[in-house]
Amino acid sequence: MSLAWEPVIGLEVHAELLTEAKIFCGCSARFGAAPNENTCPVCLGLPGVLPVPNGKVVDFALRLGLATNSRIARTSRWARKNYFYPDLPKGYQISQYELPICEGGYVEIDVGDAVRRIGLVRIHMEEDTGKNIHDARADASLVDFNRSGVPLLEIVSAPELRSPEEAGAYLRALRTLLRYLEICDGNMEEGSFRCDANVSVRPAGSSELGVKVEVKNMNSFRAVERALAYEIARQIDALESGEPVVQETRLWDPEAERTRPMRRKEYAHDYRYFPDPDLPPLRVDDGWIDRVRADLPELPRTRRDRLVRQYGLPRYDAEVLTARKDLADFFEEAVREHPNPKAISNWTMGEVLRVVRERGLDRELVIRDWPVPPRSLARLVRLVDEGKISGKIAKQVFEKMLAGGGSPEEIVEAEGLVQVSDESELERAIREVLASHADKVEEYRAGKEKLFGFFVGQAMKRLGGKAHPGKLNELLRRALSAAPKGEERP
Amino acid sequence: MTDPFRLSVREARRLLDEGELSSKELTRATLERIHGTDEVLGAFLTVCEDLALRQAEESDSRRGRPLSPLDGIPVGVKDVICTRGVRTTAASRMLESFVPPYDATVVERLRRAGAVLVGKLNCDEFAMGSSTENSAFRRTRNPWDRERVPGGSSGGSAAAVAARQCPLALGTDTGGSIRQPAALCGVVGLKPTYGRVSRYGVVAYASSLEQVGPIAREVWDCAAALGVLAGHDPADATSVPREVPDYLGVLERPLGRPRVGLPSEYFGDGIDPVVRDRVLSAVEVLRELGAEVGETSLPHTPYAVACYYLVATAEASSNLARYDGIRYGFRAPDAKDLLDLYCRTRRLGFGPEVKRRIMLGTYALSAGYYEAYYLRAQKVRTLIRRDFETAFSRYDVLATPTSPTSAFPLGSRLHDPLQMYLSDVLTIAVNLAGLPAISLPCGFDDSGLPVGLQLVGRPFEEETILRLGHAYQSATSWHRAEPPLDQRGSTGG
Repeated sequence: MSLAWEPVIGLEVHAELLTEAKIFCGCSARFGAAPNENTCPVCLGLPGVLPVPNGKVVDFALRLGLATNSRIARTSRWARKNYFYPDLPKGYQISQYELPICEGGYVEIDVGDAVRRIGLVRIHMEEDTGKNIHDARADASLVDFNRSGVPLLEIVSAPELRSPEEAGAYLRALRTLLRYLEICDGNMEEGSFRCDANVSVRPAGSSELGVKVEVKNMNSFRAVERALAYEIARQIDALESGEPVVQETRLWDPEAERTRPMRRKEYAHDYRYFPDPDLPPLRVDDGWIDRVRADLPELPRTRRDRLVRQYGLPRYDAEVLTARKDLADFFEEAVREHPNPKAISNWTMGEVLRVVRERGLDRELVIRDWPVPPRSLARLVRLVDEGKISGKIAKQVFEKMLAGGGSPEEIVEAEGLVQVSDESELERAIREVLASHADKVEEYRAGKEKLFGFFVGQAMKRLGGKAHPGKLNELLRRALSAAPKGEERP
Repeated sequence: MTDPFRLSVREARRLLDEGELSSKELTRATLERIHGTDEVLGAFLTVCEDLALRQAEESDSRRGRPLSPLDGIPVGVKDVICTRGVRTTAASRMLESFVPPYDATVVERLRRAGAVLVGKLNCDEFAMGSSTENSAFRRTRNPWDRERVPGGSSGGSAAAVAARQCPLALGTDTGGSIRQPAALCGVVGLKPTYGRVSRYGVVAYASSLEQVGPIAREVWDCAAALGVLAGHDPADATSVPREVPDYLGVLERPLGRPRVGLPSEYFGDGIDPVVRDRVLSAVEVLRELGAEVGETSLPHTPYAVACYYLVATAEASSNLARYDGIRYGFRAPDAKDLLDLYCRTRRLGFGPEVKRRIMLGTYALSAGYYEAYYLRAQKVRTLIRRDFETAFSRYDVLATPTSPTSAFPLGSRLHDPLQMYLSDVLTIAVNLAGLPAISLPCGFDDSGLPVGLQLVGRPFEEETILRLGHAYQSATSWHRAEPPLDQRGSTGG
């Protein structure tokens, strides 16, 4: 990228909220029902019916507003955004316009070693539309209104992002926050976390904004970063070859890895916004705000810093563990049972997360069904720390726990996995190994010290892998350095 | 006994309670009256014969234990109000075949009160109009003169009550649509305070202005109906959680000395002198009943009609966007693509007045005009509301004519929309301010056409105008006059 140009990026994120009910009626807002199963006269916009706001949606908006240090409007207003589309049952979308519920907050991201605050212009509530399904074989278009009326938060960032990487970092931070607050599952592939980007470039150092292009249709973090990189390069190329950048909406084509202009819409971009006369102004008093504030969890970045401070974890570990609230909760519960944070962190990031991913448990916003309970993991680590089992055996015990074998102690007991520390037992095994490999013993004593590992392996094998490695090493070394039987010491 | 269909709600209630009459007899007489007169009158779009008789039987089985003052009483409902399982058309081709799977809250309340639904009443398409000539299906005639309009948009409701086709009807009032036809047909029409009655299930025209209300022949009947209809509805965010007074209980309470103000703007140019004369005579009766009468002013009245036609049409353009041929109702055949489907459906499905208002409203909200029109109109609306607040600091009730003229000839204003819009000049400001108001018959003009008196009250003080109106009816007999309509429906003499 030429140094002479500076990209300016603003993101508009639509987050589908995880309330039980839709925003203006009692229908289920859950994903995955049969087409049009979750509908009623209200979310279908039948004649005469009226919307009634769901207070839970306001709670969720306030959660995000408070978590991003936004100003909360004591009075906000519902507005109608008028346009025609088959998946829009009323011919307008109920949204917020002049008076949104939150304004002027920020999201913090790390850029290198520095922390940047990305400003939020606004956060507002709105209803989602239905979904058109085009059936080419039947030459028909069908509409599924299950999503119609599912609550959304629209989160509009200021144009303060300066690179695709920053945009990616912002989106990840925002998604982590939404998940932490347990208000959105952040699933880009299923469309519950959607992002449009406004991109322009300008000469570095300039304070004026260039002509912006809106980029849509990016359904992964990778797609966002690649689309932005492509679009920035395209605009720089255009400007450097003296062509103007046209203000337009472009779609990201993930196959071709490029953006292309969207087909011109049938309607003019005049949404005729006006206050919805069916909905009185939304008033939020201090009591409501205080209730929501009291219910806020510790936020991810604060928690990350605390994990580093409190448990002496590496920053990387703390970052991974706090990417999900439930994961950090899991870690801390385990540490409470057995305070070896680093070992528990290793197990959590390694074995536990591996199984979580394999079983697809991470698709849920909150994992309640952990592969092993945090306390069991902690007790497993304790068995290692107490020398009852080796780390290697611990992995076997973990597998058995996954298979439902019970508590780590029970498994170790039932399978006879307790580490062999008894010296006479170890010595007997060592004697047998040395006796049956007299030739190797001689080689070792002649100076081939690499054979030590071979003897360890043989003894381990004889003891079913349960030998205490430290003791085994010690006794073996002693035995090998001792005079061979029947020979006099020199 | 008089023919049962001639009974007011109050009279029928007494006979039902005394066991002199069954709801089934009353309902049957009502249905026969409708069959005998409606071919000529054109008030009904749908008659629910089976449903009505079934509901009447159920009511009779509760004899002696009525659910409400309306138990067993036949009621007609304006066809913009949704009725579960009964076709609801809003008098539009667009909804010709629409059968709602739900009741409007007011209909549900009628059902719970034991009322008998006899049918759905004609109106202007989507309640847009002042003469009921904008119905896509039929013209309703004024029972006092078949060549004249019944007023609108609740013209079917007012005509049916006047013609003794049913003792009670529901209308909706967006700019005068209950009071003006009530005045033109010589019956009582009550528009409650905005937020007093649920709008859930009322096919929306201008959401911030319209209210459902009763049309009947006696104030007592309207008070009984309001008691059933009023109250907070969790399904309507604009309905107000406020206790509902016992309207019938307070009706007979002594009037005291209510202060009645006459806003000078409502008695000036453009008001038919005969109308003015009859209304002033009625005010004299109020004075004799103990009212203290004085003059007042609502200085922003001249802007009310313009303000109304910006706010109402803006809301209408949005409220009617859902009629696109995609999900229900009318769909134009042979569309070649999506845009064509929208355009053809709306071109063929809507009548000219509806299109006119959608276009006006779309323009008023469009980019660059929002501030100049819609927003300005909202500011004017605030000034109009303040006018009333000022007047109500001195007066308890305002008295005005309801309509500047008596019923006008069919077709006479159909091609002059501005002239038609002025039919509501005396009622519109009340909707802009969200106030309760009632229209009462207060005499006849020289052609024998009824004239209406409008009483406007403070917000949520329906009791005040009901009591004053009831006292007026107790002292006068205008409301007893019956249009000269025989069973064939023709007007005599």
